[in-house]
Amino acid sequence: MVARAEALAKPLVIPTLLKQSIGAALIALVLTSLIVGIKTVDTNEALSFTTRFPSVAWASIGVGLAYLGFGLVRSGMPLAGLIASLAVGVAQASVLLWGGPAKELYLPFEDPVVNWVVVLVAGVIAIRAALALRRGDGTGAAPAGTALGDRIARKFNQASRLLAPLLIAFAITMPFLPFADRRFVDVATLVSTYVMLGWGLNIVVGLAGLLDLGYVAFYAVGAYSYSMFATYLGLSFWLCLPLAGMIAASFGVLLGFPVLRLRGDYLAIVTLGFGEMVRLILINWWWFTGGPNGINNVPRPSFFGIPFERNPPEGTWSFHKLFGIEYSSNHRVVFLYYLILGLALLTCLFSYRIRRLPIGRAWEALREDETACRALGINPTNTKLTAFAIGAMFGGFAGSFFATRQGFVSPESFTFLESAVILAIVVLGGMGSQVGVALAAIVLIGVPEFFRELAGYRMLAFGIGMVLIMIWRPRGLLAVRDPTIRLHPRGGPEPEPAKP
Amino acid sequence: MEYFLQQLINGLTLGAIYGLIAIGYTMVYGIIGMINFAHGDIFMIGAFHAVIAFVILGFLGVTFVPLALVVVLLTATLLTSAYGWTVERVAYRPLRGSFKLAPLISAIGMSFVLSNFVQISQGARNKSLEPMIQGGIVVTQSPDGFDVQLSYLQMIIFVTTLVLMTGFTLLINRTALGRAQRACEQDMKMASLLGVNVDRTISLTFVIGAALAGVAGLMVTLYWGVVDFFIGFLAGIKAFTAAVLGGIGSLPGAMLGGILIGLIEAFWSGYFSVEYKDVAAFAILVLVLIFRPTGLLGRPEVEKV
Repeated sequence: MVARAEALAKPLVIPTLLKQSIGAALIALVLTSLIVGIKTVDTNEALSFTTRFPSVAWASIGVGLAYLGFGLVRSGMPLAGLIASLAVGVAQASVLLWGGPAKELYLPFEDPVVNWVVVLVAGVIAIRAALALRRGDGTGAAPAGTALGDRIARKFNQASRLLAPLLIAFAITMPFLPFADRRFVDVATLVSTYVMLGWGLNIVVGLAGLLDLGYVAFYAVGAYSYSMFATYLGLSFWLCLPLAGMIAASFGVLLGFPVLRLRGDYLAIVTLGFGEMVRLILINWWWFTGGPNGINNVPRPSFFGIPFERNPPEGTWSFHKLFGIEYSSNHRVVFLYYLILGLALLTCLFSYRIRRLPIGRAWEALREDETACRALGINPTNTKLTAFAIGAMFGGFAGSFFATRQGFVSPESFTFLESAVILAIVVLGGMGSQVGVALAAIVLIGVPEFFRELAGYRMLAFGIGMVLIMIWRPRGLLAVRDPTIRLHPRGGPEPEPAKP
Repeated sequence: MEYFLQQLINGLTLGAIYGLIAIGYTMVYGIIGMINFAHGDIFMIGAFHAVIAFVILGFLGVTFVPLALVVVLLTATLLTSAYGWTVERVAYRPLRGSFKLAPLISAIGMSFVLSNFVQISQGARNKSLEPMIQGGIVVTQSPDGFDVQLSYLQMIIFVTTLVLMTGFTLLINRTALGRAQRACEQDMKMASLLGVNVDRTISLTFVIGAALAGVAGLMVTLYWGVVDFFIGFLAGIKAFTAAVLGGIGSLPGAMLGGILIGLIEAFWSGYFSVEYKDVAAFAILVLVLIFRPTGLLGRPEVEKV
């Protein structure tokens, strides 16, 4: 890290910079030449193709310019970088917004989203250049950037004491606010499901430091156990919920027991394999799980035994009769929203409290240094197993909710992609940070729901985000990674922070 | 017996392909100790480049098959190695010395980037090519008329793999690059003190791994004739299983593991059930990691504090 900072701080002379930028542009040209330049098209008899060479040219010019821009900022010429990036960004944005004849002449890419990315990158360069200018030196941009990020994260975490109650209050009153139509509540329910999954996975990844790529398996186990108990045995949701959680937790133990002795990255791959195995078994064990079609007619939830029906059978109650209000199909939607909100808050409260218990402290210690923990007499296997089981249990709860909300389950819903999305939420939100995970879920799940044209680029953006976060702030955007307890209270002698 | 022989041939073909991908995993793991999760997608990129190159050649009217094969092989290998180099440069090099899960998370991100990049630029539907190399020889024939076929394509795959493996073994054992690579594997800091350019060696490791994955991509394109943007996931996991089975970090192990995985898959789908063949591969991964984490040919890993 230090060596890199020095290398970056060393002023590069203009010719070197130009040479490097041209090199970057050439590499981009090579990389995009076939994949972007030639688009294969299926025709009736054989594969044919169309060409998109302008996109290739623009992509490589863009990469070269972006490299040049960052290079200028880095090597002590932020003013030039600022002017150039502002010029490019403003020109591109104005063409995109107002168009006119320029739109025909100059618009690099077919897709408007990609065109906006150009503006975005130019904006990022401009902001970095402006920051460097304000600092007055323009050198050492990267370490200063990290310090800045730390400062922002610290401020944010202080603010989050205020922000968290506000968010919760908003979440509770949300269905009664005027703008909350049915679709909005639906999306909020979806986002809350992911918030809950994120918090559940956060126990495993954020607190215990175990990278679990198969978290969706526990979600699937929860969903299927609820569906089976409810359809085959006719048990109610409130009875099934703890059962599903218990079954998911025992699956967690079952998987964890043999594999938790493995090193961190092996564990990741094995959990990935486990997740896929569960899905394949769900598909192929058709007489028990319904195969690819899954289980239909999963009972919808009731308000503690009182159904949401317009015309309940004679002699039974229904929700609107009980409360003496007009029947509305929204009641169920809002009830589902509150159900998942309650479950999610339960997860959050649980992880907040358990961090202060000995087991939670053992998780955090284990995340930092396993060998030291072993020397101190913490049993790593049991400790990890607890984290795995508890994380799995919350995944199981979320799965039951998913099944009851959808009304059907099928293996399609539990692909690796789903695990990846949940992991992206946890990583981008900051491993271990509760508010960060919630915000990440809102941004990553909620925003693409409202901007459909972005949905195609969602996973691409997640991937880029994960790489950038690992480079820039490996502990997550909003994580400051204060230990929950410290030996020396604030103000006392600060212990030297351990090198990662 | 004939059925067994046929499954053996099919399994070996599959195994050769898995082995070529597995070398990329095992080399990278050997030198910087990370699981290159994006390697499966590098393989997918190779397959796509092969498809695109075939389509262009078809458009240009190149019908002489050996020439087309050589051109496509070169294109796919070169462009795929460019991807391997870039991925290392962009996503892994800045993370050296970061906390231990950072490279893996970054690799997972890179895997999404690659597969979705291809999905966006080439479309989500799978691309199928007409079979180019048909025919083969009948090895034996059973009395009830079941032919054991060894197709020309399978022969090409065997020969190419054999040539590549020989060349690759020579490269690692005899050349300066191979020596530098083995030195970095043992002790990166010491190697750099002794004048080995560590960054360059690591870059070249990725380039070689990606080139072999590119060849594997071409083979899959020819063998199955269908590619889509998601093939890298499953192939990547199986090749990783092969690398672990053979002993991660060991090059002959990767090839051995690949062939074993290919055979297991072929026999499993031949004799038990096709549906559970992927489950079998995952189960092997789990079992090997639990009972013999060092694999068949690997050295035990000593954790230093």
